[in-house]
Amino acid sequence: MRATRFPARAEGIADRMAGFIAHLRMNGLSLGPRETIDALAALAAVEATDAAQARMALAALLAGDAEEWRRFDQLFDAYWFNDGRARTRNAPAPRPRAQAARPKLWQPHFEQRQDDGAGAEPDEADGGAGDAQGAEGRLVATRAQNLLRRDLRELMDEESLARAEAAALALARAIRDRLSRRRRAAARGQALDMRRIMRKSLARGGEPLELHRRARPPRPMRIVALLDVSGSMSVHARVFLAFLRGLVGAADADAYLFHTRLMRVTDALRDHDTLRAASRLSLMAEGFGGGTDISGCLERFMQGHGARALGRRTLVMIVSDGYCTSPPERLGAAMAQLRRKARRVVWLNPLGGWREHAPAARAMAAARPHLDAALPANTLEALAALEDEFSRL
Amino acid sequence: MSIATLQTALARQGYVADDRLAMALHLAQSLGRPLLLEGPAGVGKTEVARAMAGAMETELIRLQCYEGLDASHAIYEWNYQRQLLAIRAAEARGGLDEAALFSEAYLMRRPLLEAISREKPPVLLIDEIDRADEEFEAYLLEILSDFQITIPEIGPIRARSRPLAILTANGTRDLSDALRRRCLYTFIDYPDRETELAILRARMPDIEARLARQIVGVVQALRREELEKTPGVAEMLDWAAALAGLGVNDLARAREEVQATLVCLLKTAADATAAPPEVMDRLIGKVA
Repeated sequence: MRATRFPARAEGIADRMAGFIAHLRMNGLSLGPRETIDALAALAAVEATDAAQARMALAALLAGDAEEWRRFDQLFDAYWFNDGRARTRNAPAPRPRAQAARPKLWQPHFEQRQDDGAGAEPDEADGGAGDAQGAEGRLVATRAQNLLRRDLRELMDEESLARAEAAALALARAIRDRLSRRRRAAARGQALDMRRIMRKSLARGGEPLELHRRARPPRPMRIVALLDVSGSMSVHARVFLAFLRGLVGAADADAYLFHTRLMRVTDALRDHDTLRAASRLSLMAEGFGGGTDISGCLERFMQGHGARALGRRTLVMIVSDGYCTSPPERLGAAMAQLRRKARRVVWLNPLGGWREHAPAARAMAAARPHLDAALPANTLEALAALEDEFSRL
Repeated sequence: MSIATLQTALARQGYVADDRLAMALHLAQSLGRPLLLEGPAGVGKTEVARAMAGAMETELIRLQCYEGLDASHAIYEWNYQRQLLAIRAAEARGGLDEAALFSEAYLMRRPLLEAISREKPPVLLIDEIDRADEEFEAYLLEILSDFQITIPEIGPIRARSRPLAILTANGTRDLSDALRRRCLYTFIDYPDRETELAILRARMPDIEARLARQIVGVVQALRREELEKTPGVAEMLDWAAALAGLGVNDLARAREEVQATLVCLLKTAADATAAPPEVMDRLIGKVA
């Protein structure tokens, strides 16, 4: 969390309130000058000298969703009681569980990320518009043919990311442009609607003057993509994030990241402002690269988002290597439940085309009976080839 | 109304509101802003509006949202049948007054128009707003900020009073930022043990103290189990009513009744198998 210091000479409550709104805005709440006025009005309506009342009033007014509602107390304390800085520096972490799950190895990386602030974050989603990549980019281009077949773990350059995104676009389009099996009456259509023509011809004494038509209406599939970003997957994470971004950009797709927790990143990926998208993602990526709890996350997904995200026109795409801390039986049960709620379930495994796949085999074996397809996704070629596979599903 | 008086007034209606919710309701009243309530199913979001209407001694106007809800169901509609009849009658008499056809007499008021045309401000409950389409949300936004509805044939209709608008959402889809910004926000979570006990006592005053404690304890423990559908407050009240109806006064000595009445709490087959008698015995053993 970013802390704000009190301005040394704040002039009265209005000035401080403006500072508070700015502090909240800096922490990701979308507030404007209007909210400052409203906040002052709200304070006037309660006992503003009572900190507890002021806190509750401002929370009701300024928080916009469940996440902000949960964070509000910390943000409030950080500003009005000046203890934000102390908190971020030494331990008592806002989310102890995520903190504990994060391996030692990963921490220095995050420390550094916090220091250089939200704006300067490396872009997880699309690799940003790096300016120092010119020469290297050319070098990569000459070896492109070669690279195409190499493992995704080695592909971190801009071009491959763009290619992953393009593959996703093609995939999303293949799924989006899907037609219903049945024909419906339509203004323009290939087939004649004989029944309606006959019926309408009655009005003309049996002469079929008006020709009605039928067409197959589009029945786009929704994609729900669940991407594993745990430690074992972190080498692939960037490519698949780019892939996810392509999906979300092109189709009616819903994207989630999971490791030991699950979070929805659709909105963050859809953000056109790449810098903001990156900072939103990195906020959510706490615990990136920790352990995995696939079955737990699937259960939580079905409980929390399932009602909205799943349906008879949903294709669920799980991108994970199958390394999981929980027992395979639980994964099997979760997958069976998922299978009942969605139309198709596909598992993309970056280890699929790889020899040392065995350790994750037990989890995959448990999941396998409930899958429509388990596809390897270890090279860009494999990702691009998915289009054919998907059009068959 | 101050917060404390609001809380007692709600308690008189049998609704136990925590400080944050009471504060949000108080602000919604004093600032004239709509209040958006979110939270898991069965924590009493809809009930807030009913209790609030009772506490303010005013009417509750409810608009249940669903996919495809449009202006003619939510705001107003012309009564076509009556208009046609009037035209027929006028033809028979000779001489049709067209302006009279589009007067208030032929206007069918739907909940939103109803809510702004009352003398005494009512409570307007817009339930499950996330089920309605985004277009409707945009329309609603306009009404909730101006409290004015424009009917092309009549002109703008201004609100006689500002209703207390309460919106509830269940997370079926994401609401727009614009709507969230307009509204005050409160997240209602499952109540803690003390609050839930107070709710049970408020709803069933003559329940035995020990049984009440056991019921709440078991339900709270059940929420920590991994279930498909976590039982809400409404389910807890159902269960308590069922047990009281069977004359149970100690869960530990009513194993069969507990098993038979679990249908009140566990609503899917998977959950029913997830809580076999042994698990229930363990939970009850903990709280008894």
